[in-house]
Amino acid sequence: MTISKLREKLKRREISARELVEEYIQRISEVDPSINAFLKVTSEKALLEADQIDKSVASGNPLPPLAGVPIAIKDNLCTKGVRTTCSSRMLENFVPPYESTVTERLWSAGAVLLGKTNLDEFAMGSSTETSAFGATSNPWNPSKVPGGSSGGSAAAVASGECLAALGSDTGGSIRQPASFCGVVGLKPTYGRVSRWGLVAFASSLDQVGPFANCVADSAELLNVIAGHDPRDSTSLNVPVPDYCAELLKPLKGLRVGLISQCFDQKGLATNVKNSVLKAASQLEVLGAELIDISCPRFNDGIATYYVIAPSEASSNLARYDGVKYGFRSEGAENLAEMMAASRAGGFGSEVKRRILIGTYALSAGYVDAYYKKAQQVRTLIRRDFDNAFTQVDILLTPTAPTTAFQAGAHSNDPLAMYLSDLLTIPANLAGLPAISLPCGFDEGGMPIGLQLISNVLEEKRLLQVAYQYEQAADVMKDRPKGEFIL
Amino acid sequence: MTEARNRWEAVIGLETHVQLKTNSKIFTNASTTFGDDPNTHIDPVVCGLPGTLPVMNQTVLEYAVKAAMALNLKIAKHSKFDRKQYFYPDLPKNYQISQYDEPIAEEGWIEVEVAEKGKTTYLKKIGIERLHMEEDAGKLVHAGSDRLAGSTHSLVDYNRAGVALAEIVSKPDIRTGREAAEYASEIRRIMRYLEVSDGNMQEGSLRCDVNISVRQGPNAPFGTKVEIKNMNSFSAIQKACEYEIKRQINAYETNQSIVQETRLWDESKQLTKSMRSKEGASDYRYFPDPDLGPIEISDEQRELWRSELPELPCQKRHRYSEDLGLSQYDARVLTDEKSMADYFDAVIAEGTDPKIAANWITGDIAAYVNSNHLNYEKIPLKPIQLSEMIELIQSGKISGKIAKEILPELLKKGGSATALVEKRGLGMISDPEEIEKIILGILHSNPNEVEAFKAGKKKLQGFFIGQLMKATNGKADPKLANKILNEKLSS
Repeated sequence: MTISKLREKLKRREISARELVEEYIQRISEVDPSINAFLKVTSEKALLEADQIDKSVASGNPLPPLAGVPIAIKDNLCTKGVRTTCSSRMLENFVPPYESTVTERLWSAGAVLLGKTNLDEFAMGSSTETSAFGATSNPWNPSKVPGGSSGGSAAAVASGECLAALGSDTGGSIRQPASFCGVVGLKPTYGRVSRWGLVAFASSLDQVGPFANCVADSAELLNVIAGHDPRDSTSLNVPVPDYCAELLKPLKGLRVGLISQCFDQKGLATNVKNSVLKAASQLEVLGAELIDISCPRFNDGIATYYVIAPSEASSNLARYDGVKYGFRSEGAENLAEMMAASRAGGFGSEVKRRILIGTYALSAGYVDAYYKKAQQVRTLIRRDFDNAFTQVDILLTPTAPTTAFQAGAHSNDPLAMYLSDLLTIPANLAGLPAISLPCGFDEGGMPIGLQLISNVLEEKRLLQVAYQYEQAADVMKDRPKGEFIL
Repeated sequence: MTEARNRWEAVIGLETHVQLKTNSKIFTNASTTFGDDPNTHIDPVVCGLPGTLPVMNQTVLEYAVKAAMALNLKIAKHSKFDRKQYFYPDLPKNYQISQYDEPIAEEGWIEVEVAEKGKTTYLKKIGIERLHMEEDAGKLVHAGSDRLAGSTHSLVDYNRAGVALAEIVSKPDIRTGREAAEYASEIRRIMRYLEVSDGNMQEGSLRCDVNISVRQGPNAPFGTKVEIKNMNSFSAIQKACEYEIKRQINAYETNQSIVQETRLWDESKQLTKSMRSKEGASDYRYFPDPDLGPIEISDEQRELWRSELPELPCQKRHRYSEDLGLSQYDARVLTDEKSMADYFDAVIAEGTDPKIAANWITGDIAAYVNSNHLNYEKIPLKPIQLSEMIELIQSGKISGKIAKEILPELLKKGGSATALVEKRGLGMISDPEEIEKIILGILHSNPNEVEAFKAGKKKLQGFFIGQLMKATNGKADPKLANKILNEKLSS
């Protein structure tokens, strides 16, 4: 099912919005006990909204673009009146009194909230194993991780528990799980989509984006969620084009850059490398020209990121102190003790690790050597991209160095875990839009992701290239059997 | 002690927090109204709820830039907001959005007039380091104690959290408590002239912290600095500085040391007492706030705001004393409140003599306005009507005495002085024939005094004038009366 097919079916009354929601709720009840993609399923609310859509259909009103589309939302996006936990004990009972801009736009466009999905606690992680409410499993093989931090959203789309989902991407948190779960994940240009209502992890890197089964659905979702928001000062005030308009445009003359630093990685799995290079050849067949590009600072991205993101996180998460809302530790004797005990009890170990790293990196005496140095390197990384885009229209890399790894494989080795974001982080540091889409499978039947990166605000081109590749390669046609894949 | 005092020089700098009186807070639409029930002017942004974001209130920027211009500061073309981080429950996010290394304005000065009873008034230029914008914190109420220590629990009120502040940091150019008080009061005056702040110290919309040390003469290195807080008036600032200067000198003179600390001014005991040691300097882990973009001010915008600045108190003082010839004292009194100066300006715009206008305004009118807690903009006697009254005196239509008699009614009800004088029949008798007739009558009834006068007892002139005024209810034109009297007595 795709969004456009659903629209046709609704229009022709082959299916009602209620029937559709019921089907998805049924699917969730069947597979989610094994996958744990959802922290909360909002069945009643979804059915009420579906009935509204059906009324609209019956009265012959024109349907909004996402009418009846059942969507899952990563649980770090605030939903008014619906608990928003960030998969943390700290916010276990937090019910936002306001709606995030992105979800507000979705509901105005007729989409239906199916539920809130699991994530690494406060979006800090690459496997959805640091959630305080249990890990999510990969629908292709439940012994493997779905990636993270938006693992719940990726797994929910892959397993057919929803038609589409939203995630957030700070260093690869949409693209890496999309790659691991064999779905399409898009991180828009920084500022293209409002962050109002997205619980901040690292404010200068966070960006909301869609998960979908296909590129066209991603474009439809971006059409709805993109746009200026006066409530977010970092939101870009530039017009939103129709992202679906040029999907069908051929790629003739397109210059595709292959970042040599990515393909020379020693941690890059051979099967991933081969699959992605095959995808590059496919683009060549479609009329694109392949050009080797050097981004000398590309591999410094991860070190840069692991200074900047924790620095911002240490500040963003300071507000969780047990005073105003959220988890409060009982039995403290005084204020300082209460705040310390609440933070000690409310946060998991990965969150604490990053708060410590960030606090250290911003401390007097260290801020120059760490935080400021990292900002300088960030500028250099951006310059590498600027330089690359004078020579090519789009960059092509693997999304992740490997396919989905075994659950628990990196649980005691944070560095190994961090390395899985090696290839996705630079786009966040430079604020560039990037997409991950399936380009093949490994020997074990796990999906491999291809990452395309374009210049700022060139999502239209990004989606065009992704769509053309997707249609030509049709990798899902001969997909292996996945345990919870339809 | 005086001898010791003379060996030492105090070095004082002020940090002034000015609440900018915008309707809404600096980063959200919540109201800034003061004095309402706790937590009635809050919203998700004020409370720092997860997922909320700050958006800069553009009026705050305008007010801050205008304030900076009035303090002769250089406006930065490019500045930014930073996060100042520390854990305290009056700070909902546990960081304060402030400006650290790129403030909106730097390097300025103001000139203050330092006037003290029994001493020569002098002008002093005081340097200003910087002005930056930041958000105010909320307030903690400690139950069971006025301090955190000893309280059973604490309550927090976020009504004040997020109110826009301009923090103004002076250079350590101040040398006496009086100078400190004059500096603070000039800052307040300027902010009120600009109408960017109420400058109300009791309500906390103007708060001053003092940094103070003493050293042996102007070339000696700075001594250990002590910070003083909790002064609710300009006189408290002066007294706190004077107390602290004595305390520090006394310590050094008796071979004790001064520790770097924060002290609180105790108004009831008139002394400073230690609040907390500053030995372990706080690390605020400043970094640029990624939620807010850079602050850019175009040349056009800056010049537009500059063109909107009113005449400032020191400019008015100069104009009044240099151009209008008023005394420094009158110039100071008239310019203290903008509304009074505006009133004065409106009166002299009618062509009224500035010195005479100043006398009336700083005298009877000020007394009336102050004792009735009124505002010059709202008193019924309009400037043009005061001008009319003064004109009646100038042209000899009424005497000053009569003017004083009718002023209370004019102040209460306003209206034309000419009409009131006519209504009450208070017009001056300036008809020579009428005056001559009355004088002849007085001379006739007092032959002995006439004799004595003619014999040389010239003091009796006053007696005759007194009789005349008595007979005319003070309405006789005094100049004319004297002239006619002299003629009659010398004939």
